[in-house]
Amino acid sequence: MDFVHANLPYLLSGISVGGQYALIAIGYTMVYGILRLINFAHGDVFMVAGLIMVYLSASLPIYIAIPLVIVLTVALGFVIEKVAYQPLRSAPRMSVMISAIGVSYLLQNLALYITGGLNQNYPAIPWISDSVDVFGATTKRVTLITPVLTIVLVLVLVQLINHTKIGMAMRAVSKDFETSRLMGIRINSVISTTFIIGSFLAAVGSLLYFSNYPGVTPTAGAMPGLKAFVAAVFGGIGSIPGAVIGAFLIGICENIIKGLGLTTFSDAFTFVLLIVILVAKPTGLFGEKATDKV
Amino acid sequence: MKKVLCFTLALVMALCCLTACGGTGTPAPSDGSAASPAEGGSESAAPEEVSGDVVKIGVFEPASGDNGAGGKQEILGMQYANAVQPTVEIGGKTYQVELVYADNQSSNDKAPSAAQTLISSGVSVVLGSYGSGVSIAASDIFGDAGVPAIGVTCTNPQVTAGNSHYFRICFLDPFQGTVLANFAKENFSATKAYCLAKLGDDYSVGLCNYFMEAFGKENCVYETFPEGTSDYSAYVTNAKNSGCNVFFAPVSTEAAALIIDQAAAQDLGMPMLAGDTWDSNVITAAAQGKSNVELYVTTFYQEGGNEAFDSGIKEFINSDPTHLANNGGNDMIAAVSAMGYDAYFVALEALKAAGSTAPADVMAALPSVQYEGVSGAIAFDDVNGDAIRDAAYVKKCNTESGAWDFVAVQGIK
Repeated sequence: MDFVHANLPYLLSGISVGGQYALIAIGYTMVYGILRLINFAHGDVFMVAGLIMVYLSASLPIYIAIPLVIVLTVALGFVIEKVAYQPLRSAPRMSVMISAIGVSYLLQNLALYITGGLNQNYPAIPWISDSVDVFGATTKRVTLITPVLTIVLVLVLVQLINHTKIGMAMRAVSKDFETSRLMGIRINSVISTTFIIGSFLAAVGSLLYFSNYPGVTPTAGAMPGLKAFVAAVFGGIGSIPGAVIGAFLIGICENIIKGLGLTTFSDAFTFVLLIVILVAKPTGLFGEKATDKV
Repeated sequence: MKKVLCFTLALVMALCCLTACGGTGTPAPSDGSAASPAEGGSESAAPEEVSGDVVKIGVFEPASGDNGAGGKQEILGMQYANAVQPTVEIGGKTYQVELVYADNQSSNDKAPSAAQTLISSGVSVVLGSYGSGVSIAASDIFGDAGVPAIGVTCTNPQVTAGNSHYFRICFLDPFQGTVLANFAKENFSATKAYCLAKLGDDYSVGLCNYFMEAFGKENCVYETFPEGTSDYSAYVTNAKNSGCNVFFAPVSTEAAALIIDQAAAQDLGMPMLAGDTWDSNVITAAAQGKSNVELYVTTFYQEGGNEAFDSGIKEFINSDPTHLANNGGNDMIAAVSAMGYDAYFVALEALKAAGSTAPADVMAALPSVQYEGVSGAIAFDDVNGDAIRDAAYVKKCNTESGAWDFVAVQGIK
């Protein structure tokens, strides 16, 4: 019992941070599945969602601020796609990637300008930020909510992709961009939907992540974004279940490594894991099997 | 047609770059209003003739990054001092003092170029920086240019060790670490300490080492976290599991806010100790309302130490919304602001003693400068140019009111 008591906190925070990575990772993997584009700005969209919450909650009650954060983040993701990616649809893939990197730095620097580079304290959301006891381990309630919410959202998303018209269109586009266009699928609206879903999940992820680690800085999105990207590649980029499982594995392993006293190497481990997986299985865990690359 | 367009675009970009450079270049000479004769030499090492009746003091501080909050508070102290005393008499002539700012972004690799911009603008002496790492990184730039620098709150011994151009007005980490270790032993009967530092950060790694030396290395659990960490839950769990009685984490305020939050969420159950960086309203804001955390810091100045200074700087902070924002939204006085204030006056004393604005003269005059500042008497030792200080203030965070309560003045015996 002592063993459980001492080690449960690592597992709990591993699962919770894994869930948060998963929500970001889905955004990476869906966009890649459809556009073959690594959307480097995604981690920064996540950070901006955090900042929007900081500023909105200063003047609005929480129950209005939260939906507004989600709506604004979705709008941001939508606008980024329209402005920075859509005009480059026929350009070489490298140009779109550079454009994504540009957007990423633009968001970071805008945030730097607005916040003055200072750490912004994330507001405590009542109920989910409260401390709870789990088998003698004290943690925030958000730690317990995250994995549940993540799994529910992923299940809904999978239903959406498998059983709706837009989902079918997404699957078609991810299989063959040109042919689906010939078949009369409106490519632009499918891509916009993808960005909207990705940004929505990033906004939810940011609510959970920053409730747990309540500090938003202009570079706060970089590390979670990078780890989520690693998770997406780890699970086989393009595959949603792969991204989710990859994210949970990375979150848990990271915390166990820290628990073993190897705190210095916890980040190094994440990236070594990526290299090992890619050497052994270049397509990632679920890269080949998964046929629905959305 | 397309080629013409491309060419035009490229040309426009190039022109933009040129105008941008021109934009930053012009204000520097034009500031020396009456001194038009030697404008061409603004970048050479002859600021004496160039700047006329303006003397420039470089402010080498972080305004962004990990230490942005602290850097801004330190700058506030200097700005207030500049508002109080905007002129200085050097060699029988009255000079306007101009503060020249360079943001080192709390980053060791950006510090040298920030230092270079100060040198290029012809400063006579440099103040800063908050954060020892950037000071160490930029030290050679100042040394090569022959410009003296006065460390305000950088406590790592390496800043001044082995050079003659870096001075400092605050106490050092070996002293601070010992004070903290003694405090932990005497007040909490601590037998085992958990030490947390940021990987590659000279300040926190250094201070942890001195603390462990004084506390006994065998009784310490030492861990580090990499840049960009925001999940500190595992570190707090480690501290709880290792059976320590005191948590020592002299890290940047940005990380500290997250650590405090996590400590409260997991109910850490042991006092947290830290050095001067934690003496900031970022920390009190993070700890306010969290009745299960106990925070102690050692610092340079306790609010109430000098009434005139306290009321003056509060008025100064409240007079401008920008100042208020830079001070974290309220008018609580950070010790680093008091130190920034003192540093400015030490620089003025040095300029007076030098009798000229040439950096070399100021450097020669600095070792013998003595000044009675709001944070205590300041004089430099003749080994490394460090301030002779033998007392640190210990403060405790009041988690109800969100203010610092004075605990003790602690020295080492």
